[in-house]
Amino acid sequence: MNYQFHTAEELLTLTKKYAMPIHEVVLRHEMDFSHMTEEQVRERMKKRMGVMKDGILQMREYPKISVSGMSGKATEKIDAFLRHHPHDAAVGETGLRAMLYALATAENNASMGCITAFPTAGSSGIIPGVLFAAQEKYMASDDQLLNALFTASGIGLIIAENATLSGAEGGCQAEVGSATAMAAAAVSEMRGGSPEQCLHAAALALKNMLGLTCDPVGGMVEVPCVKRSALAAVYTLAASDLAIAGIESFIPFDQVLEAMEHIGRLISPKLRETSLGGLAVTATARSVEEKLGITINGANKEGPCGSCAACIPNEV
Amino acid sequence: MGSYSIFDIAGPIMIGPSSSHTAGAVKLGQMARALFDATPEKATFLLHGSFATVYKGHATDKALLAGVMKFQTKDPRIKEAFAIAKEQGLAYEFQTGDLGIAYHPNTVKITLEKEGIPPMEVVGSSIGGGNIEVKKIDEFDVDFRGAAGRYFTLIFCHKDKPGMLALITKAIADKGANIANLQNSRLSKGGKALTIVCLDSPIALADILAFEKNDDMYFVRSLTSIDS
Repeated sequence: MNYQFHTAEELLTLTKKYAMPIHEVVLRHEMDFSHMTEEQVRERMKKRMGVMKDGILQMREYPKISVSGMSGKATEKIDAFLRHHPHDAAVGETGLRAMLYALATAENNASMGCITAFPTAGSSGIIPGVLFAAQEKYMASDDQLLNALFTASGIGLIIAENATLSGAEGGCQAEVGSATAMAAAAVSEMRGGSPEQCLHAAALALKNMLGLTCDPVGGMVEVPCVKRSALAAVYTLAASDLAIAGIESFIPFDQVLEAMEHIGRLISPKLRETSLGGLAVTATARSVEEKLGITINGANKEGPCGSCAACIPNEV
Repeated sequence: MGSYSIFDIAGPIMIGPSSSHTAGAVKLGQMARALFDATPEKATFLLHGSFATVYKGHATDKALLAGVMKFQTKDPRIKEAFAIAKEQGLAYEFQTGDLGIAYHPNTVKITLEKEGIPPMEVVGSSIGGGNIEVKKIDEFDVDFRGAAGRYFTLIFCHKDKPGMLALITKAIADKGANIANLQNSRLSKGGKALTIVCLDSPIALADILAFEKNDDMYFVRSLTSIDS
């Protein structure tokens, strides 16, 4: 028995060969890879799930404003909205819950709380946002939720091997974009989608995030990261809906990854986690930097500075 | 077999705000400390690329220092790393600079010093999601990853002379451990050489220390407990 896979196509072949859902192939892949028993692998993932849940609870019960003051208030507001007007939400109650859990995770992260980076810290709100909301909606068990986390991880493995999960290397498409692809596949499996449908959901989600830049205000993982996580969680649910309805991605997932890698190299380094362009150089961003006494080091935002290689165009 | 564990993707469990700029930085600090294998009195960090421009907002500086003090990625004391370093008598300095375009944008050169022993320089990159790569140890270009508990890595610095690799691999084979990956390079013929061996299973500490009894072996390091 061999559960190795490097691409979505290989993963799909394994699900067919062994008549297994994605999460089971991923679980067995990990058992082989790290020489652990099924129970050990499940326990390790459970611990990560526990950290996600605790972080959300903490943030809802004891909201914390980040040091910069830019984040920490959104969780409370969406929580109140959910309590008082759950039927008012344009995105429905599940969408509202997805935003709440994503915001709580992202705001907890911004205030240096304890989180599970999944796949990264800046994008850590999306997977819990989508999956915890879907668990309630579809009345899934904790075991099903755990399985969904394995499915998400499997998609993440393919991205890490063939493209990148680093915002500094690929822009935000590599972080939030990857998280939406992972969550889209996982939620689709949780609601009974076939492995093909899961991969279409992942491809549909990621395609919509291609080209997304990483230009955080003051170099902090707050603006736009926190609220972007909430919005990304909602549209991940929509990507899953498309796939479950039978809509296919015209471009297969593996080729979407090739595109992401290519686009990442074309994005100027000023828009790849250096805070030298985009939202990070707006008047509002500059006034925040001034107020907080932050200097983006080596940065001459008007022209080349020579010290950070941000101005040297990439080879493509 | 691929090169990632799913727990490199679903993880690490960490103190925010950034997996690459905070958790990855902690791991790079841990790695440098493990390679130095002594309690440093001074740590100097040269930050490159995105590390140089946005380190303050991501607490990259505190995270690197925390790693050098062996804190885990989930340790809430990362926030107080400066104060704790002062208490422990660890002097630190942060510089920004350009290590060259060949390096990943999230790269740092860490220099650890302690009186009476040679200083050590480690260049490492945080490649996303909290995963790291070591690119240079002192003058040696290397390339190995701190993956989540996959390998047990041994690092040998030894004289470049016939039989050294045979000596290392035979001793490992005698202990029943399998070599998954091996890198070897030297600075000059007959000079210093560095050999990195990744094992599928660990070997006992006593067996590792036994290597150092050889006069041509300058140091041996074992990296088995890198945080994940």
